[in-house]
Order: sequence, then structure tokens, then C-alpha cells
Amino acid sequence: MAETTTTTLKDELIDQAGATPGDRIRVVLPDGTVHEGRLMPTHSFSRPGTLVLKLDNGYNIGLNTPEGTKLDLVAPEPAVSVPERKAPKGDKTLPTVQILGTGGTIASYVDYRTGAVHPAKRAEDLALMVPEVFDIANIRSKVVVEMFSEDMQPTEWQQIAEEVAKAFEAGARGVVIPHGTDTMGYTAAALAFMLPQLPGPVVLVGAQRSSDRPSSDAAMNLKAAVRIAATAHLGEVVVVMHDESDDTRLAIHRGVRVRKMHTSRRDAFRSINHPPLGYLEDDEVLLAAHIRPTTPLSEQKDGKVPRFLAMDEEVSMIQSYPGLWPDHILDVVKKGTILVGTGLGHVARRCLDAIRECTARGAYVVMTSQCLYGRTNMHVYATGRDLIHAGVISGEDMLPETAYVKLMWVLGQTQDPDEVRRNLHTNLVGEMDERTEMTTYLE
Amino acid sequence: MADETRGRHDYAALGFKCGLEIHQQLDTGKLFCRCQSGVVDVDEVESLTEFTIERRLRPTESELGEMDPAAAAEARRGLLFRYHGIEDHSCLVEADEEPPHQPDGDAIDITLTLAALTGARVVDEIEFMRKIVIDGSNTSGFQRTGLVALGGEVEGVGILTTAIEEDSCRKLDTDEEGVVNYTLDRLGVPLIEVATDPTIRDAQHAKEVAARIGALLRATGRVRRGLGTIRQDLNVSIACGDRVEIKGVQDLRSIPRVADKEIDRQLHMDHIKTTLHERGIDAARLDKVAAVDVTLQLKASKSKVVQGAMKRKGVVLALPLPGFDGLIGGTADGPRLGKEFAAYAKKYAGVRGVFHSDELPAYGIEQEEVDAVRDALRLDTHDGFVLAAESATVARAALDAVLERAKLCLVRLPREVRNALPDETTVFLRPLPGAARMYPETDVRPVAVTDERMARILSMLPERPEESVGRLVQQHKVSTEVAVQIVGEGLLPLYDTVLAQVGRPNELARLLLQTLPELSAEDVDTAPLSDGVTLVTLLGALDAGRFAKEALTDVARAYCQSPDAGVEGAISAAGAEAVDESEVVDVIARIVEGHSDFVKERGKAAVGPLMGIVMKELRGKADGALVSKVLAEEIGKRA
Repeated sequence: MAETTTTTLKDELIDQAGATPGDRIRVVLPDGTVHEGRLMPTHSFSRPGTLVLKLDNGYNIGLNTPEGTKLDLVAPEPAVSVPERKAPKGDKTLPTVQILGTGGTIASYVDYRTGAVHPAKRAEDLALMVPEVFDIANIRSKVVVEMFSEDMQPTEWQQIAEEVAKAFEAGARGVVIPHGTDTMGYTAAALAFMLPQLPGPVVLVGAQRSSDRPSSDAAMNLKAAVRIAATAHLGEVVVVMHDESDDTRLAIHRGVRVRKMHTSRRDAFRSINHPPLGYLEDDEVLLAAHIRPTTPLSEQKDGKVPRFLAMDEEVSMIQSYPGLWPDHILDVVKKGTILVGTGLGHVARRCLDAIRECTARGAYVVMTSQCLYGRTNMHVYATGRDLIHAGVISGEDMLPETAYVKLMWVLGQTQDPDEVRRNLHTNLVGEMDERTEMTTYLE
Repeated sequence: MADETRGRHDYAALGFKCGLEIHQQLDTGKLFCRCQSGVVDVDEVESLTEFTIERRLRPTESELGEMDPAAAAEARRGLLFRYHGIEDHSCLVEADEEPPHQPDGDAIDITLTLAALTGARVVDEIEFMRKIVIDGSNTSGFQRTGLVALGGEVEGVGILTTAIEEDSCRKLDTDEEGVVNYTLDRLGVPLIEVATDPTIRDAQHAKEVAARIGALLRATGRVRRGLGTIRQDLNVSIACGDRVEIKGVQDLRSIPRVADKEIDRQLHMDHIKTTLHERGIDAARLDKVAAVDVTLQLKASKSKVVQGAMKRKGVVLALPLPGFDGLIGGTADGPRLGKEFAAYAKKYAGVRGVFHSDELPAYGIEQEEVDAVRDALRLDTHDGFVLAAESATVARAALDAVLERAKLCLVRLPREVRNALPDETTVFLRPLPGAARMYPETDVRPVAVTDERMARILSMLPERPEESVGRLVQQHKVSTEVAVQIVGEGLLPLYDTVLAQVGRPNELARLLLQTLPELSAEDVDTAPLSDGVTLVTLLGALDAGRFAKEALTDVARAYCQSPDAGVEGAISAAGAEAVDESEVVDVIARIVEGHSDFVKERGKAAVGPLMGIVMKELRGKADGALVSKVLAEEIGKRA
């Protein structure tokens, strides 16, 4: 049902009084009760017609405004002059870190009057929320996009990748990208494929608790991200978030290996099928041996960061489930699809014909597993073998989301079937591996 | 003249203003999650701890980019908090790892009920707010609270607000590394907060108002009982100072004395202000004051504190306080500025204490050393000083805090929050928070108080305390005194439940009001006898003549000591199996026979002396009335 937009008596009263949220008003109810306070916007789940008033004791209350209620404007909201906040002058002796704002919880602050969460307008605001970062690096900041991460599309990935490349070319040692956590893994994977040779770390960072809360993880995460960007010898795209529920240790995850595994916990991000690239504890960065080293710009012929930004968006993901309908596959699949199969990489046998039809049309079908942990293997059971015969390509130990981004990227680079297949079978930026270590399962 | 029965002061003349905030835990589920409510025994915390998490809190900036003074005070400490998640009592919500669930409906109903009992005006929609608290007592860094009603009245004092809010974590201790340990069991237990206006007339009146609010809360029948389930905060000011909030007055009876001692303190602080002005001390003078390193003068001191600091390569810093001589010490049992200094130093620098000139020489610091310090600081007669022996940074922070407090002596008594101590004095806790600390909790939907809901609440309104007393006297024929106690101690729901099944009102009252407290005093765990079902079984056995009412205490004790043996087991363990009437007659006949000469001599007057001998054998096994009836008969036969 669409939201009701009926004008209520409350709205009429407010209009007549010429009051806007924040103004001091006086409400006289028909029984003579008087309430005075500041007019507040209503909660989206408030009953229609409820007037929300902020009393002088700080509490908000909801009032009905029956026929006969009087509402007067006492005083307009006093103009609040927010002092202009200037970032400290960059310390040129420190390594330069570029912050590229994209939105999300980490980059939002609360309007204490309304409780509404607003995006930080400038990446500088973000850095200023955590002033300690100016002691770690010479901060440059810029807002690239401003959106909830669920709204982010491949166009934005391209925009961000371009800004990352430019930042390095302009002398940044590392780049920090505050990002909404919902699709941070997708963006990280996209950047990893688009920018395979990096002169320094590209650190995506988010927050699971908004920065208006004293318990927010935003400050600790951002500080760690800046420290890693400023000091770590890492030539790849990583995600840095809390490693535990405690405010003690952060994990550095490979961008193509990381997944948000919890809706709300601080330690929601996990490296899957692959150990984290390192940790940060007590302000100290500890890197594992399996990191991708940096490729200095001096080694590039044109002195530029190589970028391969093209993406083919005619790629989909299909979750296999017991009732999966063959026609659904035919409807959804265009140039390629990622099947998120059951177990070792299966779909119901009744879908085999549909899959055959897709591959016959020239579509690429890549199998991953909804188990997330482990490798697909279509040689073990008859269904698997039939899927191979139907032309399905194994996604090996790749995350479904990574496989999805990879297929989009590969098809953006080449349409040549042999090239596409060769790329899909090749580990390009650490997204797949022939070995899986015992210790990688659920820690 | 002050009325002695109303307290020690002339309250009106002092410009006494006092209001109360009562916080009462509700006996429902948690407010914003579906965990088990209530707190576990401190001894059980270790074995019931399911997980621990270590966190820090970071003050947030308000919209003006200014930090709240209370928040700033906490932030200066940069503390690490360790939370102990208690089995069944804590989930992701308490751990601040999941948004709050929607509020507990029962808790809101109880709050609405209380509002109706005090004649308050209920709001049409409850909007939940976040109140910033960053001392670690809330994992989120704020407490969720919603205003339910405005107005109302008790004992002639207006009620300002009635709110429903979540209780905070329980503090265990601060370990050697300065980590503050909290348990998560209490976090989220619903609390009703009732705040009165500041028109309480005197110290005694404060107690009466608190008692009445407590009684109305218990009348709802849904509040928790026991230590720490109700907490009283007292707001006190007199004409010469600003409002001081005293937190955590546990015992109702101590309220008048806490209020009186706070007035003493405020008067003392006013006296200090006047004296400083007379001595010509002003803010400009204190602004020039700076701590001086007196390590050289004191490094050979025998003082353990100084020696300890020397061992840790620390320093001794001295802060000169012009004009403060004689004003820091105060009297031994009266208010002392030194205590305020120590609290500031502890709060902002984490030091155990500081030395001040009014208490020296002492603690191993000799007169010559005091003189040397005074020389080093170039002090005049009226000047005092404070010493801190710590690492350089900590000592400086401690003396900065002391100086900050010293400057406050020149102005009105500061607005602050203080903690009530067991001796009824108070200690500085933090500056009084500003109003900017509340903003909407957008994760929780507002709760509409519909007409239907209010009609239901009003139709089920519980008896007021005085109505309950009247009913108990009428219905159960107990004395008014007993009825008042049953109601006053919140035992009414239990009393009614048990009596609905077994008609022993006097024995039940005795059990609840006398026997169980006595057994507790004997260190017997009375928990096994605290539920209605067991009480019904016990009194049922009494009613069925399984034992005599004289044996009630012994049977109750035996039951509490080994509840697994059941009531029957307790009766035999107490040796209280009742004997039937023929056995009573046999025993009495035998005793009367054995004293036949005495009986013949005294006649009916022998009843009294023989009763004692008979009861020695039959106490607890036979009803007293039966015994005396049979004894009279047997004596009658032979006299």
C-alpha cells in the first residue's frame, strides 16, 4: 500500500500557524491542557495526525490534535550557526592518504534535533569526526558518490576506480574508501578486477553502528583503514573491519574473498575459503605472507595506474532452491549467469534443459555454491556431470558475489568465447585458488 | 525554628528545594529484547558468564560541534570496558550487536497503570529517545527512554514526568589495569522513572513522598522486589547554590539524613566561597596558579605513597592554592573540600588520592617537608596546597582537576551529580548533564496509546494501597498493622495468591513478615519458600493438621535447609508430626497422674504450672488450644 498523504488536522494547524520543524510552538488541547515545545518531524511509523513535540526536558511526545485544538507559533527556530570546521593543515612529512567518500553508515551523522541520519557532505567531515587520522597521514578528501550501498551500480564502481587511479597518480600512498557495508564486498571485488596493479593499498571500510553512537565502530575502523593505507606494503584492494565483537582487533580481508556474514555484528565481515591478509592490533599492522605486493607507478610505461573499467551488465545470479522453475532461468539469463548451486554445485535435474538452452544461446553459466565455504565440484554426482555436459563452468572456490562481478568484468573486457573461458578459469587477482587450507573454515 | 521531627534545618529560610526521581524495576521481560529479565547473584556471575567483550566508548559531537560537559568528563578518562554476557540474560541486543526489538507491552501497560494511579496525563504516542551515557554502563553509549505521562500528584507534590526506560549494566569492579567490568544481565530490565517537581518541603517530606510513590508502584503488583530493584535519586538545592543530583539512595529511611547532610555540605561550600572572597581571592588569582615539581623536597619522605611514586620513577607535584589554608580540611565528620578535590583527581586522573596542606604533616610526611614545600611554593599564611605523587602526566592531570574544582569554589555551588554513600554523605560523580543529551531512538517504533488500551488499563486498575489494607482487614480479619506491612512490603500479590487456596491468613502473615526474615537473619536461604506453590503446600499441611502451628518456624527452617525432602520431609525433620487427640489425652493424663498430689492441692490453679510440663512433650505436635482444653478437663477429673 502506498503511503497515505491525506492532510490531517495537524497539518492544517501547523500550516495555519506557519510553523516548521524546530520552531517553538504552543498547543492548547480542547480540554485546556497546554503543551509547549519544539515542533518535530514525525516518525515514519507514527499514526497519521500525531503531532510530535520536543519538550524542554529533552523528551519527545506524540499528541493527538482533535477538533478544537489550537496551535500557535511561539518563536521560530533559533538560527544555529554551525562553526565552519576546517581540516588541519596537512602534515607533508606524513604519507598522503586519499579518502574517497561514497556514503553509508560510516559516513553519516545524526541530526540530534530530529534523530535523522544524514550523510557527511564532505569526506573532510568524516575525517574530522576522527581527528586522530590527521596524525597518521596527510589527508586529502573528496566525495565521489553519496548513496546507500544497496543502490550502488557498476557505473559507480567505475567512477570510484577512476578516482582511485587518479589519486595514486596525484601522489597518494594509499586510498581509503568509506562505504556502506551491504554491498562493500561487491565494490571491493569490482575494484580489484578493474585495478589489478596497484602502487599502494586501496582500503574499503565501513561501520555497523552509526557514528552518532558513542559505541560506533566507525572511528576505530576508519583510523585503522587510514593507518593501513599510510603504512602497509599492500598492492591490492582490501576491506578493513572489526575482527571480533570487541574493540580490540581489526582484520584485513582480500577484496575478492570477503563477505558480509552477519546482518548487524561489528565483526560481520569474514574472509571465506582464504585466511585474512592481516590484522591490526594496538595500532600495529601485521601482514600475512600471501599479500599481493605493490606495483610502483615507476614500473608503468606511462606512469599511470592501469585501469580496466569496462563491465557488461547483462549478467545475473540465480539461487538454486528445491522449487526453482526452469522458465525462471530462461527468463533471467542473458549473456551470463552465476548459478548459486546447492552442495558441491547442483541444481534440480528438471532445470538441465533450460541450462542447456542458455549455453546453446552462447550464455556463460558459472557454478558456485550456496554453502559459501568449500569448492564446487561437478564430477562427483551424476547431476554435476550432466551440468558439465550442459556447458556449466566451475567457479571453483570463488564466492558467488565475486564470480558475478568477475563475469561482468570479463565480458566487459572481451567477448571472445575462448578468452572469456580462459579468464574464468584463471586466478586473476587472488579470487580463486587451487588449494584450500584446513584452517579457513569458520575461522 | 526548625521542626526537629521534620529534619535539622529551617528549610524555608534556606530556600530549600527538593525533588525526587524514583526508578523501579518491573517484573516483566526486558524492554527491548526477549531475554530473561532480572539479575543473577554476584557469586554466580563467573560461572554464568557466557562471553565477554571489551569495548571503548567515544563521545559524539552534538549538532553544535560542542561536547556535552558530562560526556567530556567521561571522555577524558578513555576507559576500556569489559562486559560479561550472562547466560539467558544477554543476547546481541545487550551486546550492542543488533538493533533493539520493539518494546515489551506489559512494561508499557504497568507504566500506564501507574500514571492512572497518580492522576497523570498520558501522552497519545510514546516516542523513544536515546539519552547519551558514556560511563560504560550502557553498551550502546545511550540509555533508551520514553516519556509516558506528564503531571499527577503524590503527597501534595506534583509529578513532572513518568517514563519507561531500560536499566543499565551492573558494575562489578575496576581491575588493576583500569578496565571496568560490567555484567549485561541488568541491562534492558524495564524501569519506571517517576520525577517529582521541586516542591518537597523538608527532609522528612522527601521520605514520605518517596514512600508513597513506592507504595503506588507496588500496588501495580508487577514490580521487582529486593535490594537494588528500586533506586531513589534526590535533587537538592538551597538558595546559595545550583541543583545537585544525588544518585542511588537505596534505603527510604535514610532519605532525610542524606538530604540534611547535603544541606550541610552546601552550606559549608558557601562558607568557603565567602571566606575566599574575604581573603581577596578571585578567578584571576587562581588562573595564575601552576603546579610545581617538589620531588626534590620530598624524595626522601617516609610516606608510602611518595616512596611508591619514586620507585615507579614518578614525581611529586604541588599545586599552590592561595587563600585556601584551613578551608580544605573541614571537620572530621562534616563536609570537607578535600573530599571534593580527591573525587575530582580520581575522576579525571584515576589517582587514588591527593594530599592537602590541612591534613599535613601526616601519612609519613614530616613538618620539615611541609615547610620545604611551602617554601618552594612561596606560600603566605592563608595559602594552602595539594600534592600528587604519580607519574608526571597523571600527577599533572590530577592537579589540573583539583585546580578546576578549586576555581568552582569562587562561584555558586556547581551543578553536579553525586553518589550516595552508605554513611549518608555523598561523593562527586560527574557534572550535571546538559539537556542536549537526548535525541530520538529511530530504531524503535513509537507506541500509540490508543483509547482502547487506556480503557483496558482503567478497567483493570489495581487497588490503591489504602484500599488493599482495608480489604485485608475486612476479608481476612488480620490487624491493620499486619495489613499495612503486607501491602507496604509488596507482598500483596503473593499473599492473595496463597490465600485464594488455603485459608490461613494469620499464619501466612507471620511466615512472610516474621519467620522468613528471622530465618534470613540466621543465614538460612529462604528462597525455597518464596513461591506461592510451596507456601500453599506448607500451609495446606498445617490446615490438614499434619503439624501444629506452633511448629511453623521449625518446619519452615527444615524446609529451607533441604527443600528436596519436600514439606513432609521437613515436618519429620523438625520432629513436628502432629499427634491425634487420643494421644494428647494419654500424654496429659499421664502427666496429671504423676502430679496428683500437686493437682489435689492446687485444684484448677494447677493448669498454669502443668502447662509448661505438658508443652515440653507436645510443643509443635498438638494445637495449643486443644492441649489447654484437655489439661483443664484432666485436672477437673482429679481436683
